[in-house]
Amino acid sequence: MSNEMKRRIFLKRSLAAGTVGVAAATGLLAPQQVLAAWNKAAFESKELPAALDALLGSSEMSESADIKVKAPDIAENGAVVPITVDAGIEGVESIAIIASNNPVPLVANFVMGTGASGFVSTRIKMGKTGDVIGVVKAGGKLHSAKKEVKVTIGGCGG
Amino acid sequence: MAKSIKIRAKEKGGVTTVKALMTHPMETGGRKDKKTGKAIPAHFIEAVVCKHKGNTVMTAEWSGGISKNPYISFKFSGAAKGDEIELSWTDNTGKSDSMSSKIK
Repeated sequence: MSNEMKRRIFLKRSLAAGTVGVAAATGLLAPQQVLAAWNKAAFESKELPAALDALLGSSEMSESADIKVKAPDIAENGAVVPITVDAGIEGVESIAIIASNNPVPLVANFVMGTGASGFVSTRIKMGKTGDVIGVVKAGGKLHSAKKEVKVTIGGCGG
Repeated sequence: MAKSIKIRAKEKGGVTTVKALMTHPMETGGRKDKKTGKAIPAHFIEAVVCKHKGNTVMTAEWSGGISKNPYISFKFSGAAKGDEIELSWTDNTGKSDSMSSKIK
C-alpha cells in the first residue's frame, strides 16, 4: 500500500472517530458504550472461552430452558443461516451468538438498551456442522442454550 | 454512497419490532480470490446502533461471521406509532451509514 493510500485511510478513520466524539459530547452515547464499540480481542479470538472472557468478563455459564435458539436443523448453504435467540428472562443485558466450529466462534453480540426485550434475529455464516450457542447475560450472570445445525456447504471458505 | 439500509419498524401492543436489512459485502478476511490466490481483505460491519428519541435501544457488535447483506431484527417497548427510529452502522474501514424511519 502506498503512503498516499495510508494517509487517505488515516484521514477517513480520524473523521469517523470525530463523529463518535461529537455524539459522545452531545450525550447521545454514554461514554462506556463508546469504549465498548468493538471488542477486538473478543472478536478475533479463535478460542471460545477466551472470547467470552474478553467480551463478557467470564466464560462460566449455565444452560437455561428459558432461552430458545431457533435455527434450521440442516443448513444447505452455510453462508446464510437464519438464527433467532428468544430469551424468556427478565432484564436481559446482552445476547451473544456463537457458532462453535467457526474459525472465529464469536459471531455477534447484541447489547440491549432502554426497553429492549431479549429477542434478536439475524443471519450468520457457518463453516461446518456445529452447535449454535446463544449466550444471554441477565442480572450479571450468563445463561446459554444451543442448537446443532448441520451444514452441507460451508460458508467460510472460498 | 447510496443508502445501504432498509428499515421497518412496527408497533403492536406496546412492543415495537424493528427489522432492518443492510447492503454490505461482509468479507471475513479469511477468503482467497480464486483467480489470483490472494487473500481478500476483511471488510465487515463492526457495529450497528439503533436509537429511538436519542436513547440507544440496541447496539450490535459483529465479526465477519455475519452473512453478506446482513439482516437484523429485535424488539423493544416504550415507543409509539409515528416515532422516529434511527439505525446506523460502522465498518472496519471506517465507513458508516445511517437511516431513519417512522414506526408504523
